[in-house]
Amino acid sequence: MSNVASLLEKFEKVAARPGDALKAALAKGQKVVGCMPVYCPQEVVHAAGMLPFGIWGAERDIDLAKSYFPSFLCSIAQSSLEMGLKGDLDKLTAVMVPVLCDTLKCLGQNWKAGVPQVPFIQVTHPQNRKLEAGVTFLATQYQSIADKLEKLGGKKVTSESLFASIKVFNANRAALRDFVKVAADYPDLISPLQRNAVIKSGLFMDKAEHTAMVLELVATCTKETVKPWTGRKVVVTGILADSTDILKIFADNKLAIVADEVAQESRQFRTDVPTTDKDGFVALARQLSVMEGCSVLYDPEKMRGDMIVDMAKKSGAQGVVVLLTKFCDPEEFDYPFLKRSFDAAGLPSVIIEVDQQMRNYEQARTAIQTFAEVLK
Amino acid sequence: MAENNGPIPAKILLRDLVDQHYQNAWDAKKRGEKVGWCASNFPQEIPETLGVAVVYPENQAAAIAAKGAGERMCLHTEAKGYSNDICAYSRISLAYMDLTKCEEMDMPMPDFVLCCNNICNCMIKWYENIAKELNIPMILIDIPYKNEFDCDDVHVAYIKAQFDEAMSRLSEITGKPFSQKRFDEVMAVSQRTAKAWLKATEFCKHTPSPLNGFDLFNHMAVAVCARGKLAAAEAFEQLAAEYEEAVANGTSTYKGEQKFRILFEGIACWPYLRATSTPLRDRGINVVATVYADAFGVIYNNTSEMMKAYSYVPNCVSLERAVHMRASVAKKNNIDGAVIHTNRSCKLWSGIMPEIERRLRDELGVPTVTFDGDQADPRNFSEAQYNTRIEALYEVMAAKKEGRA
Repeated sequence: MSNVASLLEKFEKVAARPGDALKAALAKGQKVVGCMPVYCPQEVVHAAGMLPFGIWGAERDIDLAKSYFPSFLCSIAQSSLEMGLKGDLDKLTAVMVPVLCDTLKCLGQNWKAGVPQVPFIQVTHPQNRKLEAGVTFLATQYQSIADKLEKLGGKKVTSESLFASIKVFNANRAALRDFVKVAADYPDLISPLQRNAVIKSGLFMDKAEHTAMVLELVATCTKETVKPWTGRKVVVTGILADSTDILKIFADNKLAIVADEVAQESRQFRTDVPTTDKDGFVALARQLSVMEGCSVLYDPEKMRGDMIVDMAKKSGAQGVVVLLTKFCDPEEFDYPFLKRSFDAAGLPSVIIEVDQQMRNYEQARTAIQTFAEVLK
Repeated sequence: MAENNGPIPAKILLRDLVDQHYQNAWDAKKRGEKVGWCASNFPQEIPETLGVAVVYPENQAAAIAAKGAGERMCLHTEAKGYSNDICAYSRISLAYMDLTKCEEMDMPMPDFVLCCNNICNCMIKWYENIAKELNIPMILIDIPYKNEFDCDDVHVAYIKAQFDEAMSRLSEITGKPFSQKRFDEVMAVSQRTAKAWLKATEFCKHTPSPLNGFDLFNHMAVAVCARGKLAAAEAFEQLAAEYEEAVANGTSTYKGEQKFRILFEGIACWPYLRATSTPLRDRGINVVATVYADAFGVIYNNTSEMMKAYSYVPNCVSLERAVHMRASVAKKNNIDGAVIHTNRSCKLWSGIMPEIERRLRDELGVPTVTFDGDQADPRNFSEAQYNTRIEALYEVMAAKKEGRA
């Protein structure tokens, strides 16, 4: 096994079995806080001496959550609640659920009702995030979350300790940004599934440890010679692109993911927390005001489509794959604008509806196969 | 004839007020003034103070759906690449934006949009798309969803800052200046309207209720679009007076004996008003409670309380407050059961409804049924399912009343 492959295997193990990472952290006596989509103040959790642990649903059957959610709410919310109701997350110190979309609002309330053994903390982001009043509001929310975590046994979070955590997270963001470029240069070494594993594993790991692993991988890859890619290159956009089956279909059709605009992936690390403010809480809050092109953040300019086109140009992608999470309003409202931007730029695109309870991937396979043919 | 010389009934006044409201917007447009599209729970005090005409896409979508054109309009939007999964009001509205006409209900095209997400975040996406498509300014007042029962000062400060910003931006866009005196007047009139609306709806507590609960769905349009207008306050005051007289006389707009009293939970199925009301009427069931009464009864004494009031609208509150809102009106109005609309268009409303239903059953000890429907897309409702559920509810309520259950 090559050095790159053995490094990748470590990421793959963590990404494939988050439950093991959770058990290991708990066994070390670590307090763990669940972080639901799309943005949680993980730096606050870190500064409180706890481990932020990503919960983005799971590919599993929905049973108990049906008593809380009608069928037309997204599978991420359904399966996240299902894990809570089944008791799989009982050892968490708390879960944080933002209210960035209507379904997340319901998820938080249903968690509070159905999983009372795991304290629920709502993360209230302002949508008028560019107003100074919005930044102030969010800084106060983050302070209040820090206070709650302290009551749950966490360390007191100070402006100073928060800045230290911001540094750790910004370093992780920078490392992942380097990694996605490397993944684009070496699709022969890093498959779409492995690319996802490298990013996704970070949701469940100590950030500094993850950063070190990513940097090692980047350094190891870049020692290799860049080989011409015989397949096609695409940008992927959506909420999630972590389905093993879907990503294998990408690989089967020699589609390399050379950039992504995925909520669980690049949206998490493409914008650093600015460090120009004097107060750590304000600094962290300011990040939301400088993020662009995310479907759950207010954007009357609808910049996302053009951002993806630009991303495709810079990364040399020949097309875009939209992985649309079923029943996701924010993404569904964006799609017609995305399509228009892609068409205007002469960029081929395909839309594939996905959810975490998919059993049959034949339709997706046909769509991806056909798309790969179109790109030839 | 003598009977024609009496006062005009409140329901006619209210209907005329809606017509007048839309006519005013057309007139403003003709005069070259800027006209906006406005979310139903956007603080109407802002456009009203500036004397800016706004119209309401949600009202329009409901009217279009009630007149049978919901599917046609939804299909138009779906053909533009939108999923049939998104809210049907937004699909109808986006179709109208594209077509700029609809024989079932026209309204002037917007020069700006006023959005408020205290009813849902879907609203933000919907209005973003209109603003971008028509290249017009968008003003958003973000009222965060609250997990706590009460709205704290931090929320109030954030909402207030946006309120001030919205007032000044709208003044800039329309060229109409702000006047504190006018603002105070509008607040006073809005309070008079809200109180009269709440007073009118409170007559549902009487047995028999002086009104058919479905009447509220019709009157709601005025509560949405004309809260800050004196004529609306007067019309609701008259409506309350009429109900008071009806209670004294033992009469009602509900035809027939009122055997059972229910809470109707959720937005009306506008394409099926008859299909949803007839099975109730056939069994002597009257709607005496809806959360709508509170939804548009925005009560405050000062601007700080106004900010709180706009954050207490039904879809912006925690599970506990949502249950409290329903349970208190249900108790006050003495309900026998509840019909709950699982609204395919509204994820936020429907997404916590199963838990609300369980808590209402526990707290009130009344039977409840749910049905699948949609506020505006006729494809998501089954008359047969609705009838079966109403029949089931009727049987349980009857058994309880007769001591059989």
